[in-house]
Amino acid sequence: MTKLVIIGTGLAGYTLAREFRRRDTETDIVLITRDDGSSYSKPMLSNALSKDKHADELVMGDAAKMAADLNADILTNAHVISINPQEHSVEIERKAEQAQEKTSNKETISYDTLVLANGANTINAPIEGNAANRVLSVNDLEDYRRFRNELNENKRIVIIGAGMIGCEFADDLSNVNADISIVNLSSQILGFMMPEQAAAILQEKLSEQGVKWYLNNSVSHVDNDPDAHSNLIVTLKDGTKLKSDIVLSAIGLRPNLSLAKDSGLDIDRGIKVNRYLQSSHKNIYALGDCAQVDDLNLPFVMPLMTCARALAATLAGEKTAVRYPAMPVALKTPCYPIVVCPAPRRVDGEWDVEITEQGVCGLFKDSSGSILGFVLMGERTKEKTALAKQLPDWLP
Amino acid sequence: MQHKCLLCDYVYDEEKGDPEHGIPPGTKWEDIDDDFICPDCGASKQDFD
Repeated sequence: MTKLVIIGTGLAGYTLAREFRRRDTETDIVLITRDDGSSYSKPMLSNALSKDKHADELVMGDAAKMAADLNADILTNAHVISINPQEHSVEIERKAEQAQEKTSNKETISYDTLVLANGANTINAPIEGNAANRVLSVNDLEDYRRFRNELNENKRIVIIGAGMIGCEFADDLSNVNADISIVNLSSQILGFMMPEQAAAILQEKLSEQGVKWYLNNSVSHVDNDPDAHSNLIVTLKDGTKLKSDIVLSAIGLRPNLSLAKDSGLDIDRGIKVNRYLQSSHKNIYALGDCAQVDDLNLPFVMPLMTCARALAATLAGEKTAVRYPAMPVALKTPCYPIVVCPAPRRVDGEWDVEITEQGVCGLFKDSSGSILGFVLMGERTKEKTALAKQLPDWLP
Repeated sequence: MQHKCLLCDYVYDEEKGDPEHGIPPGTKWEDIDDDFICPDCGASKQDFD
């Protein structure tokens, strides 16, 4: 291989480039990104407010620094129009950086190996109303910048969705004295990740910080307040009306698949790849939030890092299959520490929950008593590593 | 001395070490293997401050 092209400069794209560069100093690397190529940690977006961080302070390196560190070309503000697997090329269109340039800014980039690391986008709830377009979500640094700018003057916030990201934002926002309401489709927060009793404890902790709940409910309309233009009126399914300044949607992510699909790659819930992160096209690989390794699409940092290291080795000539042990995830809820390790596939089982003054230990067990997943809260989060070792590998 | 993971906020404290992950208390940051990865998120040693 003489040229490696990576689409995406999130944690997946940049980590792969760095791990590959450690093994191979010769091959040309080109990274293509639709944004400005700033390197930042996406998990940090959901607790950056209480640390009083501006978007710029979350940047660990701009595109120029990353290009120098990685000895790579980074094409910023570049939209990938298509992939041509037969020609081993991608067609991109770059936003003109100088307005006087009138020439076509389409380019064709050839590759020997192509890696898709173009992530996932937020799912938009079907919301009506004349201000539905003012519903925000925070899935990248630019989203965070917009959110943070609006937050400077406004403090009433409606969060849609009480999953992991919704709860993390609620905790973070409660530390900056925001007035927070959460609307959630089901009666239990954090969905399938944990048993009812455990979810209720986090709900209570967040309530103590002033969070208000609208459960078994959803947002049907978001409208401008006719009396005060900056205000929003949020109408819920049951008719409740909430006055708000910001509406933040956090109902989940969907892998970006259109590029892969248009290129003829096999897709399912993510871009289908084997244990070598190889797609249905021999020279095209995928990793991160957009990829589905065997049957697993896991949008978390640990699986992404595991994949980046395995793929870097494979691309540098040392064929390495990815292996997933059970990987617990720590929630960024400083009001009450929580670690979850849900079973990665739908399996039948029951929760065995122990609640003491030290916290919560919930074990999800199958009929033979084997532990398939767990949740730990409070002091008991310390047991996470020992417990994770007892779980079967997710990808042996 | 403490070192924090820039990706996830995990803190390595030299005094405490991380016995759960095989690093005895008192282990200096520079004495930890370069292949060390963050026990919480899998980041590399160079992702720490």
